[in-house]
Amino acid sequence: MRKVVIPIGPQHPALKEPESFSVTLSGERIMAFSARLGYNHRGIEKACEERTYIQDVYLVERICGICSHAHSTAFVQAVEEIAGLSVPERALYIRTIIAELERIHSHLLWLGVAGHEIGFDTLLMYTWRDREVVMDILAELTGNRVNYGINTIGGVRRNIDASEISDILKAMDILEERTKYYIQLAKEETTLIKRLSCVGILSHEDALSLGAVGPTARASGIPRDTRKDDPYAAYDKLEFKVITDDHCDVYGRTLVRLGELMESYKMIRQALKEMPTGPISVKAPRKIPAGEAFSRYEAPRGEDVHYVKADGTDRPERVKVRAPTLANLQTVAKMLEDRQLADLPIVIAAIDPCFSCTDRLISLREPKKPDKTLAWEDLRAYSIEWYRARGIDFTKVNRKISRRN
Amino acid sequence: MRIKDKIVKWSRIKSPWMLHFNTGACNACDIEIVAALTPRYDMERFGVMLKGTPRHADILLCSGPVTGQIKDRLKRIYDQMPQPKFVIAVGSCACSGGVFNGCYNVESGIDSVIPVSAYIPGCPAAPTAIIDGVVKLLASLEQREE
Ligand code: SF4
Repeated sequence: MRKVVIPIGPQHPALKEPESFSVTLSGERIMAFSARLGYNHRGIEKACEERTYIQDVYLVERICGICSHAHSTAFVQAVEEIAGLSVPERALYIRTIIAELERIHSHLLWLGVAGHEIGFDTLLMYTWRDREVVMDILAELTGNRVNYGINTIGGVRRNIDASEISDILKAMDILEERTKYYIQLAKEETTLIKRLSCVGILSHEDALSLGAVGPTARASGIPRDTRKDDPYAAYDKLEFKVITDDHCDVYGRTLVRLGELMESYKMIRQALKEMPTGPISVKAPRKIPAGEAFSRYEAPRGEDVHYVKADGTDRPERVKVRAPTLANLQTVAKMLEDRQLADLPIVIAAIDPCFSCTDRLISLREPKKPDKTLAWEDLRAYSIEWYRARGIDFTKVNRKISRRN
Repeated sequence: MRIKDKIVKWSRIKSPWMLHFNTGACNACDIEIVAALTPRYDMERFGVMLKGTPRHADILLCSGPVTGQIKDRLKRIYDQMPQPKFVIAVGSCACSGGVFNGCYNVESGIDSVIPVSAYIPGCPAAPTAIIDGVVKLLASLEQREE
């Protein structure tokens, strides 16, 4: 059968963000899949070098609006490590509570989007209605629905008082009730099970070799969770299970996320109960001493990594971000191999991609081979040579044009 | 105004179809746009419907500061929309570049590339603000003399 290549994106009804994929089809079967990134590349890493540390906290928060707390926490953790600050206990607990609230909003959002991709829009409306409960709590605690701005270097900016605690606990009860209903739905609703099972299969071995992270890895039976493996904030004091599943498909990923929601409710309740009293921040120096640090954070989509290098001034020398979607994106090509085209939207949605996180500039270098990065002038000279070797020469024409001007 | 024009105007204001295009946003504004369509805020009660293609859309909802790669695509999508068309810039970075002003790969806001009819500030613009902006745009269309 003849092969057909169809482009999807950068603007497409199935995509919420600008990115483009090219899918090679034979009939309805997907033969090859490749992604092109970079539509969302804003140059944040470079911009961080031009701004002060405190400005950068708000800038890295805007790498991604869904896991904004993930990025800002990972960044401040790295800076605090370089500066040798010891953050007060209470601040660590508040960071953890916001982090889990963020996970709840992100997973509920995902559940709705997944429902939408399989044509189950009622689920989208249900989950997004329930998500407003946690959005209200986040707005009450931090002052903003998204991009909370609660972190600062050396602690957090807002305290949690008694009336807020009782509001959070009330919200957790409502959400727990609703999540139980969704779990029941996922376990009993035949259309949902049939549509999601055996779709987007990623075997345990493939997940390991492709370096999957977050719920994508955990649904392939890999108990990989930074909160347990390398605890930060107050996670070492909280009790929780790492939810895994061995369905290895989109259905498994749904169950993992639903299970994680239940764990988050538990963790928030425990954190609120055990939160110590005391200050919520320490004073941070404006200039950060020279040094470098590497910080890990389990974002709702997987492990988020920040690297910061300081040179003793009030601006970082280098900031590098590796967002979870970048680690998971390679798995999509594997999941789609030899599958139906109709599965494409839900399989892409199942890793919960976030391209505004992912669009960093990457240059790959092969070891042993000389560096192939070209400067603009070299690139131009190279292209002129390339065409000349093929008998196309514009030198005369160019000269004529420039003479006419 | 002839009766035909009146009907056209009435139907245009009562059922504006929208296209949402992320021009390099951080996702927060996009999520708030979707949230504005879900039960708590329910923008559909104003006849608004989200569409997948520019050829069906009356209003282009843009979020994000316009990155280098998106610039040409944004122009192309705008050109593909039928007249009359309106553009709403959602969020501070769509209005003016916001926090990303000065980054090497971004323009400063939607209006540096295509004309904008309404600006909704906020980082992110809250769903209530988005609804307010859309309704104000529709109200201004109602008053406009053809
Ligand atoms: S205005 Fe703020 S929240 Fe909205 S896309 Fe821009 S940075 Fe994100």
